[in-house]
Amino acid sequence: MSTRSLSIGIGSTPKRVLPGFGLSLGISLTFVSLVLLLPLTGLVGQLADLSLAQYWAIISDGRVVASYIVTIGAAAVAAIVNAAFGLLLAWVLVRYEFPGKRLLDALMDLPFALPTAVAGITLATLYSSNGWMGRLLEPLGLQVAYTWVGIALAMAFTSIPFVVRTVQPVLEDMPVEVDEAALTLGASDGTAFRRVILPHLWPALVTGTGLAFVRSLGEFGAIIFIAGNMPYETEITSLMIFVRLQEYDYAGASAIASVILFVSLALLLAINIWQGRFIKRLHGGRG
Amino acid sequence: MQRIGDAPAVRRLLVFLAVALSALFLLLPLVAIFAQAFAQGIGVFWANVNNHYTLAAISLTLFVTVLTIPMCLVFGVALAWLVTRFSFPGRRILQTLIDIPFAVSPVVAGLIYLLLYGRNGWLGGWLDTHDIQLMFAWPGILMVTIFVTCPFVARELIPLMQAQGSREEEAAVTLGAPGWTIFRRVTLPNIRWALLYGVILTNARAVGEFGAVSVVSGAIRGQTNTLPLHLEQLYQDYNTVGAFASASLLALIALLTLAAKASMEWRAARREVHA
Amino acid sequence: MYALKRFHRAVVAIVLGASLTAPAMASDRELLNSSYDIARELFSAINPEFQEWWQAEHGESIAVQQSHGGSSAQARSILQGLRADVVTYNQVTDVQVLADAGLVDEDWQEQFDNNASPYYSTTAFLVREGNPKGIENWDDLARDDVSLVFPNPKTSGNARYTYLAAWGFAEEAFDGDEEQVHDFMRTFLRNVAVFDTGGRGATTSFIERGIGDVLISFESEVNNIRGEYGEDDYEVIVPPISILAEFPVAVVQTNAERNGNDDLARGYLDYLYTEEGQRLLAGFNYRVHHEAVVEEFADQFPETELMRVEDIVGSWEEAMDAHFSGGALLDQLQRR
Repeated sequence: MSTRSLSIGIGSTPKRVLPGFGLSLGISLTFVSLVLLLPLTGLVGQLADLSLAQYWAIISDGRVVASYIVTIGAAAVAAIVNAAFGLLLAWVLVRYEFPGKRLLDALMDLPFALPTAVAGITLATLYSSNGWMGRLLEPLGLQVAYTWVGIALAMAFTSIPFVVRTVQPVLEDMPVEVDEAALTLGASDGTAFRRVILPHLWPALVTGTGLAFVRSLGEFGAIIFIAGNMPYETEITSLMIFVRLQEYDYAGASAIASVILFVSLALLLAINIWQGRFIKRLHGGRG
Repeated sequence: MQRIGDAPAVRRLLVFLAVALSALFLLLPLVAIFAQAFAQGIGVFWANVNNHYTLAAISLTLFVTVLTIPMCLVFGVALAWLVTRFSFPGRRILQTLIDIPFAVSPVVAGLIYLLLYGRNGWLGGWLDTHDIQLMFAWPGILMVTIFVTCPFVARELIPLMQAQGSREEEAAVTLGAPGWTIFRRVTLPNIRWALLYGVILTNARAVGEFGAVSVVSGAIRGQTNTLPLHLEQLYQDYNTVGAFASASLLALIALLTLAAKASMEWRAARREVHA
Repeated sequence: MYALKRFHRAVVAIVLGASLTAPAMASDRELLNSSYDIARELFSAINPEFQEWWQAEHGESIAVQQSHGGSSAQARSILQGLRADVVTYNQVTDVQVLADAGLVDEDWQEQFDNNASPYYSTTAFLVREGNPKGIENWDDLARDDVSLVFPNPKTSGNARYTYLAAWGFAEEAFDGDEEQVHDFMRTFLRNVAVFDTGGRGATTSFIERGIGDVLISFESEVNNIRGEYGEDDYEVIVPPISILAEFPVAVVQTNAERNGNDDLARGYLDYLYTEEGQRLLAGFNYRVHHEAVVEEFADQFPETELMRVEDIVGSWEEAMDAHFSGGALLDQLQRR
């Protein structure tokens, strides 16, 4: 797989027609090296202090493993919910006119603008058993605060902008002719959406959902107030990292952080590779 | 002209769903914040905002944000151009590397900067002997803010520029247009909304970042306290009104950004009508 | 072009704004005090008084800057280069970290009276109106029908005191029988309804969410909380036996010398021991040493037997190793 993409890369070099390769490569590499990679050496340096056995002991500790399960499970639920909700919101914001649309648009960025701790405190206030929402949900047997549902809720809240704002520009960019063509061929709304719109949106939707998922894995501030933090039940991985930091155990913190980092990067790399292929197919073999 | 999902019933249903769910999920927390901020009346709210430490925190937060945005903008555009317009070995890796900030939890992000530039860090020792203070001063806050926000613009542009393909630019090249002109006349108009969303997200995240900043700021009141840190401090003090007054200011900044975007959209639409 | 100009103007305005809000008189000496997260109002009250006192004693006008955060995070900042002149923490271990790194003198606990702890407190209980569960002492907290709120001992120094106090009580009650002590601690920990990361989060859970029957925190804190949220709705219970919580202070020698603040830093900490300083501290519900002040506030602080951390587990170092570090007793007691 890698040899194939490599050969395409080299093969297409002479066909590079657009200008700006050197400039954009220069800016990108400088930035990536200085801002992203250089500081990461700090993390690597901490990990280098650990033997492999120590590293394994830290990351496979029973309580830490329980936290992986809680974190990944809740993040997956949050990502799936956000994919659906985010797509709906992006669609409504781009395609329809209605009163209050501007306000709705503005609301989308709220989760990013609020410091995560505020989001956490506010959500915990709303969903605890004496809060506005908790009072309605608890009689129905749904306890949100201090359970994994609360964790998923906080994750979904903090990552919703990723999906909406990634899908929105692609949808805005989609020409009217696409719709017309599909509808003149006699397809129903549902079929046309599935067959024509959705394939076009796939890359953006998957990217947005993937980012939302990854963001949820690392979230701390918003979750900690609503999670309850009971050992083995509602402890998230970020809390495990935080605990190590409180103990001045930078190596331990870095070890657990590296697990999340690897999982996230592997997922994002997979998305990027898949997306490259998908686009190639969509454009009939041109990248 | 007919579009998918134009039937009134479908449209009403979808709008209703979107509005109802957002109201529950996003508007309600916002209302709760403002309710807490004004719980003791507008006078107490104003006293909390118009105070030396709050004002200092606001100006530091805005200062850092204003410096962050152009850096992220240049990087994002350059990177998106690079990975969507050219094919070269290592392209996917590069594209994945820019997601590192999303994959690193914010506290760890702050920590890695501290481990590098702090007194015991690899570069920090040298900085310390030369009396250059990056960490626990605004440059450190700026550095981690850039780290945390730099993927947003690139991330908005890449899917869109990929979906658009490079045919238009290639056509312009064959017509002999110089590079900068191609970018300004052909690419920029096509990507301006994605660019704007990128800036909005960058702005929102830069203003609200807490975890990474809390590690490198030193939290000196009136000097290196950003608005989110100040808010946290007030909350620790049982000053709930003060904390939520600051929170409402942050929400307000987000809303103002969106208002700016709306006015730009409106102007763009008017220009198109004139043209 | 117009937009650019406006952007420029905006930046200028903001930069100007930032420089205006910076300390007004650069000629004044500035002292930086790095402190724990819930002490902002305390030191906001003390600093102006100290400035006046210093002016009167030395005829010099100075300024005091404050930095607050979790005590461990604050110490970490100083290790990594935050130029604080003095530390006023709620954790002996966090000052010791600085001493181990050579930033604070080895003998810091001898440099000021009472183990360099100008004020102290203990661990107490906050219960709901009328004390419906009849909570009087630590054994009530291990009953099946009682649910507790206190933060996670892994992330909060406050909670480490709570844990050690319960441990010390159990050791005495069961005459050091290890199995019974462990059983007691297991039940005690299982009764916790929510583990927040910090004391403030625990307060919110107890007060605003209505969780739990007892909130456990520093005596000063539970009194402040009661004052804040309603004298009639809550009651403070100080158990007959509890733990001595010290609030250690130290001069960060390396930084103080570098900043030319050595005398000022010492003066600041000395001030905390003066009668005025002690009165201010007592006003925030901390217990103090100055005799006149102790008498004045006697009603406020019920007599109680205070165990020392050293008597319960030997030393803070041993407490961290045997109880709180990864895989140690606390982890074992919470294991399922």
